[in-house]
Parts: sequence; C-alpha cells; structure tokens
Amino acid sequence: MMLPGFSEAAPLAGLAGGILIGLAAALMLLGAGRIAGVSGIAARATGISNSGMSRSSAWMFLIGLPLGALIVAMATGGIEASFADPLYLVIAGLAVGVGTRLGSGCTSGHGVCGVSRFSQRSVVATLTFMAFGIATVAVMNMAGLEVLQ
Amino acid sequence: MIRRLLPPLLSGTLFGAGLALGGMTNPARVRGFLDLFGDWDPTLAFVMGGAVIVMAIAWRFQPRMAHPLFAPKFALPDRSDLTARLIGGSALFGIGWGIAGLCPGPGVAALVIEPASAAIFVVAMLAGMFLVRLTEGNG
Repeated sequence: MMLPGFSEAAPLAGLAGGILIGLAAALMLLGAGRIAGVSGIAARATGISNSGMSRSSAWMFLIGLPLGALIVAMATGGIEASFADPLYLVIAGLAVGVGTRLGSGCTSGHGVCGVSRFSQRSVVATLTFMAFGIATVAVMNMAGLEVLQ
Repeated sequence: MIRRLLPPLLSGTLFGAGLALGGMTNPARVRGFLDLFGDWDPTLAFVMGGAVIVMAIAWRFQPRMAHPLFAPKFALPDRSDLTARLIGGSALFGIGWGIAGLCPGPGVAALVIEPASAAIFVVAMLAGMFLVRLTEGNG
C-alpha cells in the first residue's frame, strides 16, 4: 500500500512490524513480568548492569533479535539496508550507549513499553530523544553531511 | 529451565522480526523518519503506533494478573521523577540515533543484515555503556 504524498513510505509493513514488536513486549511483560527494553537487556547480558532479569534470560532475548531479523530476511528474500560510515557508527554508538544508560532506556523501553503505560519519565524521555534525533538529522542535512554509504 | 528461557527467546525473536519487517533495521528509513523538515518518511510512526497500541492492551491485563505466566512476580519500574540525568541522557541518545539511524534493538538485530557495520555500532554502544559504569560504579 502506498501513502499519498510519501512515495517511500511502507505503512502496512510498518504497522505489521509494530504489532510484532508490541506482541514481543507484551510476552515479556505478561510472561516474564519484565520490560522489554533493549538497552537495559544488552547491559544486563554483558554484565555492565547487575540489575534486571537473569543474565541467561537477557542473552536469550538478545540472541532472538538477529534470529527474528534473519527469519524475515529469509522469508522476504532479503532486507534492504543502508548503513553509515564506520566513523559515524562509532560516534553514534558511543552516544547511544552513554545516553541510554544515563536516560535509563531507549526506543523500546521508554518509547514502546513506557509510553504505552503513560509513564511520565518515559513520555518525557521519548519526546526528548525524538526531538534531538530530528534536530540532529536537520543540522547534519543543513551542513551537507552525507552519512549513509 | 526451558520454561524460563523460552519466553525471552521468543520475545526477542518476535521483536527482531518486527524491527526487520517494519524497516527499523534500515538506518536510511529511520533517518528518513527523523528528517521531519526534509524528505519525511512516516513509516516509523506506524511501527511505533502499532507497538504502543498492542502494549497498551497488555498493560490493561497486567494489573489483573497475580503473577506473570512464567515467573513468580512482576519486576517493573515505578519511578516517576523527572531528572536532569533522564533528560540529558535521552538527548544524547537522540543525537546518536540521528547520526547513524540506529538504536540498540535494530543495531543488534542488524548483526545478520550488515554484520560489519552493525558490529561496529554495537561494540561502540557497549563501550559507551561501560564508560557510564566506570564513572558511576555498578547500576
């Protein structure tokens, strides 16, 4: 399905993907009693954080992420992706790592799990990282920085 | 053991499939969504909308359950204080998200899509997380 005025948009695939993410987070909540926050789970699995779910559970969730992507890639005949140059990946990775620890979460924990329960902290965090993400792309575009390979 | 480890594995797999299907493992699409003042791609709004709607329903069930299906008790965040740390950290995360079009979930999921690039991002992200732990102690 096309969205009028947005030739690049894939609204149905987006909605289907979102529903799967919602089901995944719901399974974590109602099945394991935990928040499906990827930054926290990654910190837990690697031993950077000592609180949260068991390390074995954290690893299971983390291993599932590429596994799920692989299943979709095989089912659909490949996934289109265009990544940034290594220098940008390093800078972005450091900012995301420090930022998600200080901010206690990322797009999944705050943006999906927290916003959907109307958590004040998560709503503020989500509005903040969305605003700064939008501003960053705007500034980089204005400066003429081509990031993606 | 299987009863305890299967739910997180299944949750992660569903999560990764959703990220890939929704286009979030493609940084070009994520940056297109953040390019609100340029050539805006609204796809990500559908991803977030779909996920939030399903989770909002799950949150309605949660208080009626004495305990999770496969665990003895719920362990959920209950803080509501707005701190400079929360806002500053989220701002820094947003900057990183904007630079490369990657957040933690898609970064890890993309290890099978574009292994070298995703690995650089994930290692740098873990280094950043470790840096916070070094400066603040265990959290």
